[in-house]
Amino acid sequence: MDRDMIIELIVGLFMLAGIAALVVLAFRVSNISDHVSTDGYVIKANFDNVGDLKPRAAVKLAGVKIGRVIDVQLDTKAYKAVAKLWISNDAAALPTDTSASIYTAGILGANYVGLIPGFDEAVLKDGDKIEITHPALILENLIGHLLFKTEAK
Amino acid sequence: MQNDTHIKIEQLSFYRSRRTVFDNISLEIPRGKITAIMGPSGTGKTTLLKLIGGQLRPQQGQVYVNDTNIQQLSRQKLHAVRKRMGMLFQNGALFTHLSVFDNVAFPLRQHTELSEALIRHIVLMKLEAVGLRGALYLQPSQLSGGMARRVALARAIALDPELIMYDEPFAGQDPISMGVIVGLIQKLNKSLGLTTIIVSHDVAETSAVSDLIYVMAGGNIVARGEPTAVMADRSPQVHQFMRGLPDGVVPFHYPAIDFYEDFVGCKQEVVS
Amino acid sequence: MRRNIVLELGHRGVHYGISLGRSGIFLWQTVIRWPQPTRSFPLLIQQIYSVGAMSLSIIMLSALFIGAVVALQGFNTLEKFSAEQELGQLLALSVVRELGPVVAALLYAGRSCSALTAEIGLMKATEQLDSLDMMGVDPLHFVVAPRFWAGFISLPMLVLVFDAMAIFGGYLIGVEWLGVDQGSFWNNMQSSVDFHIDVMSGFYKGVVFAIVTTWIAVYQGFAALPTAEGVGRATTRTVVYASLAVLGLDFILTAVMLGGW
Repeated sequence: MDRDMIIELIVGLFMLAGIAALVVLAFRVSNISDHVSTDGYVIKANFDNVGDLKPRAAVKLAGVKIGRVIDVQLDTKAYKAVAKLWISNDAAALPTDTSASIYTAGILGANYVGLIPGFDEAVLKDGDKIEITHPALILENLIGHLLFKTEAK
Repeated sequence: MQNDTHIKIEQLSFYRSRRTVFDNISLEIPRGKITAIMGPSGTGKTTLLKLIGGQLRPQQGQVYVNDTNIQQLSRQKLHAVRKRMGMLFQNGALFTHLSVFDNVAFPLRQHTELSEALIRHIVLMKLEAVGLRGALYLQPSQLSGGMARRVALARAIALDPELIMYDEPFAGQDPISMGVIVGLIQKLNKSLGLTTIIVSHDVAETSAVSDLIYVMAGGNIVARGEPTAVMADRSPQVHQFMRGLPDGVVPFHYPAIDFYEDFVGCKQEVVS
Repeated sequence: MRRNIVLELGHRGVHYGISLGRSGIFLWQTVIRWPQPTRSFPLLIQQIYSVGAMSLSIIMLSALFIGAVVALQGFNTLEKFSAEQELGQLLALSVVRELGPVVAALLYAGRSCSALTAEIGLMKATEQLDSLDMMGVDPLHFVVAPRFWAGFISLPMLVLVFDAMAIFGGYLIGVEWLGVDQGSFWNNMQSSVDFHIDVMSGFYKGVVFAIVTTWIAVYQGFAALPTAEGVGRATTRTVVYASLAVLGLDFILTAVMLGGW
C-alpha cells in the first residue's frame, strides 16, 4: 500500500542519513586516514627525557608530518625513555645518522618528534634505532640554567 | 462424539496479592448453550474468563477445556486452544492504528496462511454477520462505542471459534445497541452453535438471554441454575442481587459510628 | 517515628528491587524475541519510522544550535589565549565525545521514549494487549520487541546525525561568522579527532543509551497501571529515569573509556 511504501522510503532515508553522518565524521572530522599502519615502518629512539611526548604525537621532518609516535616506554636497564616511531613509506628514506629531538608545537602545544636527516648512504629500516637524540627542553632546567648563568656573571 | 461439557472448572482457588478471588469453586459450561456468570462488581468475573483462556494460572484446582487440562499445555498447544476461543472485551479493544478491515483480518493474517483474496471474503462475511460490512475501511476512532464492539465481535469470530466469551457486553448501552448486541449473541449462539459465556451484572438482559446462570459473590458460587430458578432463589445474597435491592447482605450504609453520636457528639441515652 | 521511616525506606528499597528484577526479566524476554524477517520486519520498519525518523527534525535543529553555541562560547574563551585556531578541535571533541551522545539521548528520552510509554500504556489500558494475548499473539513479540529494536537501531543513528549537524553548526558560526580560518579549523580538527577513540566511543555510548532508555520506556509502558492516571505517571517516570540513566551512564562510560584508552 502507498502509505507503507512511503514509510519504508523514509526509514531508508533515515538510515542513509545516519550512514552519511558516519562517513562525514570519519573522513572530514577525524583522522581516519592515519590508521593505515601497514604502509610504513617502525623505528626506535632513546631519549634522556621525553618530556610530555605522548603516543599519536606527530613525527616531523623539516616541519612536515611523516609519521607518528606509537609508544613511549622506559628502558629499565639504561634508565632512558624508548619511543617507538612509525614512519610512513611515502616519506623520504632516513639516513642512519638522522637525529631526533623533541620540540613543542607553539607555546601551549603538544610535544612532537622532529627529525633532522644526516649524511649517511645507508637508510633506516624497520626495527632500526636512531642513535643521536636530544632530550625535551624542560622549562625548570632552562630557568635554572639561566639563573645559574646570570649569577656566575 | 464430543462431551456435552465444554469447559469444566474443578475446585479452583485463585489469589491475587493476598486477596482471595476464588475459593474452591467448581462449575461447568455446557456446550452450545449460553451460560451467564453474574455477580457484583469486583468479584473477579473477568479474572474467571482469563483463567478459562489460560492467561492466568490458578493456585489450586484445574481448568478443563474439552477435557484437556489447559495448565499442562505447552505454549504452542495453549496457542492452538486459544484459536478456538473468541473473546469480546468490555471496550472492544480494537487496535487503534488499524482500520476496521485490518482489525478483523488480524487473527486471520496471524494464524493462517490464507491468501489476501480469501481473507477479504471472510472479513466481509464476518462484518456482514454483525451488520457492519459497509464500515470496512473506517478507523476505530470513527466508530461509536456500539459499532466498535460489533467490529470487535466480528474479529472474535474471525477464526470460527467454538467458544465465545463476552465481558460485560451490556454495560453502558443505549436501548437500540442493547437490542443489537442481544440479538447478535442469540443469533451467533443459535446459528453457529457457539458455546457462549456472558459475564455481566445486568440482571434483566442476561436472564432473558441465558440458558444457565451462575451467581458469584465473595469468591464463591452462591447460585446456579436456570434463570427462572435463580430469580426465585430465596437466599438473601442472591435475592438482593437479582432483584437489585439497595440494602441487604451488601449494606447500603458504609460502616460508620452511630448516627446520633456523629451529630450530637455523645451516645444517645436510652429513655426507658 | 524513626522506626517508621526506616521501615518505609526498607519497603521502598524492596519494592524497587522487585521492580528492577521484573524489568530485567522483561528485558531478557524482549531481547530474545528478535523480529523475524518475514512477519515482524514491517513492524520494525514502522517503529523505526516513528521512533527514529520522526525525531530527525528535532535532533538536527538542536544539533545546529548546540554546535553554534559551543563555537560561540569556545571562540570567546580561546580568543583570550590567541588560540582561535583550536576552535575546530574544541568543537569536534566536545560534540563527538559528550554532547552528541548525551544531548541526543536526552532529546530521544523526552520525545520518543515518552511516546513509547504512553502508547504501550494506553494499549494496556484499553485491553488491546489482553486481546492480543487471547488471540494467541504474544504481545511481547508483536508490540514490545519491534519498538525495542527500533530504539536500539535509531538512537545510534541519531547520535551520528547529531554529531555531524553540530559540527556543521559550529562551522557556520566559527568560520563563516566569527572568522576562524577555514583551513586551520578543519586541519586542527582532523589531527586531533581520532575516529576510533573519539567518534566511535561516542557511538558506543549511543548504543548503550539506546538500550537503557528504550528498555525503560518499554517496560514502564507495559507495567503501567491501566488507568489514565497510571499511564500519565508511567510516562513521567520514563522521562525522568531515562534522563537520569543517560547522565549517570555517561559519567561511568566516560570514566571507563578515558581510563581504558
